[in-house]
Amino acid sequence: MQRRSFLHSLALGASVMIPVGRSAWAASTDTPTQKKLIVIMLRGAVDGLNVVAPVGDENYLRLRPTIGLALPGMDGGALDLDGYFGLHPALAPLQPLWAEKKLAFIHASGSPDSTRSHFDAQDYMESATPGRKSTPDGWLNRLVAGLPGAPSPSRALSIGPVMPRILSGPTAAMNLPNGAGATKANVLDRKNVGDAFDQLYAGHERFGRAYQDGKTAHQEVMAAAAAASAAAAQEMNAADRGAPLPNGFPDDAARLATLMRNDPKIQVAFVDLGGWDTHAAQGNAKGQLANRLQPLGQGLAVLARRLGPLFDDTTIVVMSEFGRTARENGNGGTDHGHGNVMWVLGGAVNGGQVYGDWQGVGQAALNEGRDLPVTTDFRTVLAQVAERHMGMTDRQLVKVFPNMPKGAAPFKLIRA
Amino acid sequence: MSLSFPRRIVPTLLPALLLGAAMASAAAQAPMSAEQQAAHVLNRVAFGPRPGDIERVAKMGVQNYLDEQLHPERIAYPPELTARLAALSTPNRKAGDVLGEFVELQKQVREEDDGARQRRRAALMAVAEETAEARLARAIDSPRQLEEVMVDFWYNHFNVFAGKGIDRALVASYERDAIRPNALGNFRTLLGATAHHPAMLFYLDNFLSTANGYRPGGKGQGQKGKATGLNENYARELMELHTLGVDGGYSQQDVTELARMLTGWTYDPRALVRFNQTFKFDAARHDQGSKHWLGREVAPAGEAEGEMALDVLARHPATAHRISYQLAQYFVQDDPNPALVERMARVFTASDGDIRSVLRVLFASEQFLSPEAAGAKFKTPYQFVVSAARASATPVNNVGPLLSAMTQLGMPLYGCQTPDGYKNTQQAWLNPDALSRRITFATALAAGRLPLAGKPRAAGAPSPDAMPAPAPAVMTVDPARLQATLGEAISPRTRGAVAASAEPLRAAMLLGSPDFMQR
Repeated sequence: MQRRSFLHSLALGASVMIPVGRSAWAASTDTPTQKKLIVIMLRGAVDGLNVVAPVGDENYLRLRPTIGLALPGMDGGALDLDGYFGLHPALAPLQPLWAEKKLAFIHASGSPDSTRSHFDAQDYMESATPGRKSTPDGWLNRLVAGLPGAPSPSRALSIGPVMPRILSGPTAAMNLPNGAGATKANVLDRKNVGDAFDQLYAGHERFGRAYQDGKTAHQEVMAAAAAASAAAAQEMNAADRGAPLPNGFPDDAARLATLMRNDPKIQVAFVDLGGWDTHAAQGNAKGQLANRLQPLGQGLAVLARRLGPLFDDTTIVVMSEFGRTARENGNGGTDHGHGNVMWVLGGAVNGGQVYGDWQGVGQAALNEGRDLPVTTDFRTVLAQVAERHMGMTDRQLVKVFPNMPKGAAPFKLIRA
Repeated sequence: MSLSFPRRIVPTLLPALLLGAAMASAAAQAPMSAEQQAAHVLNRVAFGPRPGDIERVAKMGVQNYLDEQLHPERIAYPPELTARLAALSTPNRKAGDVLGEFVELQKQVREEDDGARQRRRAALMAVAEETAEARLARAIDSPRQLEEVMVDFWYNHFNVFAGKGIDRALVASYERDAIRPNALGNFRTLLGATAHHPAMLFYLDNFLSTANGYRPGGKGQGQKGKATGLNENYARELMELHTLGVDGGYSQQDVTELARMLTGWTYDPRALVRFNQTFKFDAARHDQGSKHWLGREVAPAGEAEGEMALDVLARHPATAHRISYQLAQYFVQDDPNPALVERMARVFTASDGDIRSVLRVLFASEQFLSPEAAGAKFKTPYQFVVSAARASATPVNNVGPLLSAMTQLGMPLYGCQTPDGYKNTQQAWLNPDALSRRITFATALAAGRLPLAGKPRAAGAPSPDAMPAPAPAVMTVDPARLQATLGEAISPRTRGAVAASAEPLRAAMLLGSPDFMQR
């Protein structure tokens, strides 16, 4: 059903999309690097201690008697990662990527700023200037500005109805709605309507740019969808085109992969997912958190698979504004904490390892006696990806991540 | 047009940043005429003009209009609106009654009664649609426009997400009993009403919070029966979002101590359903120790500790400043004048948080009525959709298409999951996709293609054997009337382009114009 309507929308795209054909992409030579970066932000502070759980630490279950994950091999147990850390069982779709060493985690990472406000912490993670709210733009926007090749609004793409802080800024970016509507023709594709509104918006001081960016991006996406539709007809039997995907992230992830494969201009993508603020009844192997992690894990696996060969050129970062308390609260939930776990996936990722300066969850190791300390600044992780994967120079890195802490992280996330 | 250019030469010389700071419309530098002032004021204290509004307000004078709007209790509802609201079920029922039905349906679903799931879905949809209909009918048709604007403002300030558990059943009461009666009243009263309402107690988990070491005796109260221990969620947002602001000078320790002071603030689910008892202070769950909060010693005093905390927070200078800033941002511009905010904050403090007095100062300020302010705000999706319905004067019997539009634009009504509510700045809402979506909505509305005339399915619950309603005539929007309604809120440039276009496109162009995106 879902897939059918998606294909239908692709076919529809083909009929309307005349001026910019597939050949336009083949002819474009203004994208010197093929490298892709996808950032996924979990808004609301995901409980990293139950995503990559220190099940090998004797304190873990003492801190979390009802919500803690059982040892690997037990009923509802964590999935063993390295004999000490265990992955939440709802993330089982990511196990193959771990086994192929294309998935890594950085634990006890996060922002050096001590705020436990969701909104400030998200702001800092998106501006990459912790403690400084006046930064006008997001780091992903600054990163796009530094990419080689000609600028285009479709270089950077966000899925969702609003433009997130991380992609806001002087460099053009586009956003697509969630769901299949993203690749459907809209009313502005009708020539008389489009011409009429072009007159109203062309060169308009305040809205002209957003209007034009929207049109350009829409046309590129329609063209990519048309190309995908043609390709899909030949790949009908490919293994990953089977069952329809559930609505939500897995469906959006599949669409994103299709677009990225068919529009080489898209180099940076952003998706945010909410609902991680589990103050009460978060559950353990099953329950609220598991119900959120399941589609996330499935969607990431779908994304990796459907990117196909492009996955080798792609790095995916999953991050959240801060972690949660090490100790469960009285309501089977967790309150706002500090350090968390970052996830990095991709063909070039030096995976199969949990990185970071991990100090355990004994009382003495906890920050303020309640949560994980931040032993790895999130910016060092992002900067390493920007440098080693996206090929940013030192000069560019300073612009994307100003006032970075000195000293490189003692690990190499991306294979040379 | 550039659209037909090959990809490589798509223009890259785009106008320089239009980030953040609100940009005044270039045309609005000269002093405003009476009509321009009226259009501006109607865009701010109302959800835009309806036919005849600009003339009426220009004639009575904007000051008289503002005075009138500051006293909604003196403005009568038209009988049609009163009748429409009276015909709705959920918005007129007690919180406990709606919740009782909700709980009953949940039980039936657990017992896997045939069709129970379907009944539950239908009942929930009816509750949601009626709650939304009551809000939108007022936003579009109420002559007490400022009251509705303030309901939008305060609902976001004290946001409760309707999609969380029993809040589906409680948001109608929350808005009716806690928000609307206090929208222009006293801030401390408003704060207290939200703090005591079960919708808020549930949304931010305070209903669960107990003293550490509390041994629950209750059975059959679900999540709450098993709860033992402190939950900081509400205490944090009470200071961060509802009052002081994140830079208001409190620490993690203050959050924990305030949470302790608020332990026992809960509701009894059974008493709520049976007797509509919406709040209960449960002394057994309260932390009896002394607390140290915001630099003061708090001796054990039970429920009075929480009341004292609300007093302190409501009267705190940081709160006065923050609320004033937010009001100025909503009514004047995204980055409001600090001197104006300061003046409002002084009145906030001097009047002990009288919202009407603060608004009076705001409306009398030169910033509010300055030409630079006119059109400086980018409409939120809610403001865009409601103002389009008002300006087009299309009868809206079925609010469904309006709700869908808001959802597609990223602002589902009662659907903000996080407690900070929806923002009202250009930075938050202007993006490339938003404009084409708004234009799509404007085009459908203008062409009469939105099924606004029909009655929604859930409300009124027509029996299947009832006669099908006759298909409503397509109501296209008359562009000449629309232009007259919007008056000088539409720039000469837009008016020229509209006049030069084919008749069937004109109304869509007005509602989808750059001028109509702003207020």
